Amino acid sequence: MSANQMLQRRQSQLTRGHLPSYAVWVVLAASVVLGAALASLVGFSVVGWAIISAVVFVLAATLVTAVAEGERKAKDRLVTFLVYGAFLIALLPLVSVIWTVLERGVPGLSYNFLFTSMNGVTGAVDNEAVEGGTPVLGGAYHAVLGTLQITLWATLISVPIGLLTAVYLVEYGSGKGLTKAITFFVDVMTGIPSIVAGLFAAALFALLFGPGTRTGFVAAVALSVLMIPVVVRSTEEMLKIVPNELREASYALGVRKWRTITKVVIPTAISGIASGVTLSIARVIGETAPILVTAGFASSINWNVFSGWMSTLPTFIYYQILTPTSPTSPDPSTQRAWAAALLLILMVMLLNLVARLVARIFAPKTSR
Amino acid sequence: MSKRIDVKDLNVYYSKFLAVEDVNINIEARSVTAFIGPSGCGKSTFLRTLNRMHEVIPGARVEGEVLLDGDNLYADAVDPVTVRGQIGMVFQRPNPFPTMSIRDNVLAGVKLNNKRMSKSDGDDLVEQSLRGANLWNEVKDRLGRPGSGLSGGQQQRLCIARAIAVSPQVILMDEPCSALDPISTLAIEDLINELKADYTVVIVTHNMQQAARVSDKTAFFNIAGTGKPGKLIEYGDTTTIFNKPAQKATEDYVSGRFG
Repeated sequence: MSANQMLQRRQSQLTRGHLPSYAVWVVLAASVVLGAALASLVGFSVVGWAIISAVVFVLAATLVTAVAEGERKAKDRLVTFLVYGAFLIALLPLVSVIWTVLERGVPGLSYNFLFTSMNGVTGAVDNEAVEGGTPVLGGAYHAVLGTLQITLWATLISVPIGLLTAVYLVEYGSGKGLTKAITFFVDVMTGIPSIVAGLFAAALFALLFGPGTRTGFVAAVALSVLMIPVVVRSTEEMLKIVPNELREASYALGVRKWRTITKVVIPTAISGIASGVTLSIARVIGETAPILVTAGFASSINWNVFSGWMSTLPTFIYYQILTPTSPTSPDPSTQRAWAAALLLILMVMLLNLVARLVARIFAPKTSR
Repeated sequence: MSKRIDVKDLNVYYSKFLAVEDVNINIEARSVTAFIGPSGCGKSTFLRTLNRMHEVIPGARVEGEVLLDGDNLYADAVDPVTVRGQIGMVFQRPNPFPTMSIRDNVLAGVKLNNKRMSKSDGDDLVEQSLRGANLWNEVKDRLGRPGSGLSGGQQQRLCIARAIAVSPQVILMDEPCSALDPISTLAIEDLINELKADYTVVIVTHNMQQAARVSDKTAFFNIAGTGKPGKLIEYGDTTTIFNKPAQKATEDYVSGRFG
């Protein structure tokens, strides 16, 4: 027998004591079958089957590995499975929420829902729709408008304040007492419950313009109280990671400090700042409590943030669920609420996508 | 367009810490002067005081005079921004602006100061500066591409082009080749030799061969020990410093006995 044949026939020393790659799948299949059997013993359900199979699989795979490959490999397998398991468990609520909202929201999502308000939609209309099996009338157009307007104004208030505060903290105030105070109070602001922010705005405007002043703008002020700390924090972090070398390069060209900040530092950090701002919008767009106490509730379209009550999607959902338009047949209201919830999630998702797009567009270019 | 620099009794402090003590030096116009010395001896700190860049660090201050053709940089009414417009600087690590194209990087000194410039003037300045930095032929077809896409040596020459685009009197270079490979280093050294015709060049280097190759005059800085201030030990023609230094410490350093 030649040496060549020897080499071919003999198992490699380097892979000895290793399970083949299909071993895990075999164990998995066996566990699923075994899990089904065990689950049917205690009364079959899909959830019970999944849980029992998973436990059996983790134990069996660890055991098989321990026997075939040794203790260290077995520990490695076990921890790997636990990590994947934790990931799946963390993913469950998210998938479940998306699934539920899609399942219940999609039927209510129609052109009519998107582009009509609740103006003139009464309990009688809803009853008619249920009895006659006709499409549900009324929609969230006014709430979508309210959400967009209030969020826009909140952004217009928060971004300049937040951005300038962050610029002061990073570029001018390092090591000063005022900086430490601002940082401390921004941290405190981050923890303010949203209803308190709403009460603050309501009280402020009651003091300035008389009690009971409820407009979209008051809500925007309340939301900006919640937004500002988020904007300050994220912008501060982004400005901090701009390399000092770029500032020095700019100074060395005889460029003034404020021009260096506006033309070099902020453009370099703009992608991070933009995504921070978008995330802060996503943070406040779903707020309910501060809107209730500051903007009231409306069922018709209001284009003016400075006068009259206004609805947003969260308050729309809240009222549709809590006080159905038709108390005797709440189904149309429930359907509208779920459709609005789906719409809200879609808006937040869209915002996140926009944030990524903005980050990519503004990102410093490094391609060759 | 180049000016001489005279430094009189200069002390540099970081808050209370005396970093560089009692430097007197005269740097000729249209010459290359090299600062050599061991790490931490204050040569970079001293270089940065020549265009008031040390002020970027909080607590840094200076006693004494730095005269640019007789005008004291540290006189009360002097704006550091004006000083830096006349005395350019190239840093150890190439730092082109990542948000700007090659063209915009060259024009950064003009554009960041919001000076108006017609497109043809801008094109001329870009070509002239890039030619001055020996980079034109390599990048002329991709001026619109990001500056950070160039190689390290090209980036450093881009930074030099950016510095000469604002037509300074003096160019300071803080270890411009220490992050570069030998070929790029050679390109920069050739460039320094050409720049000498129009500018006063001051270069800090750790590489003594480099100092010997590019400079007309050499200043040797040393430090007595940690926590002690750096001092100018000896200053003279490069050939003298490397062949017949007057001080024992200089001889030890240039012959490789320490440092």
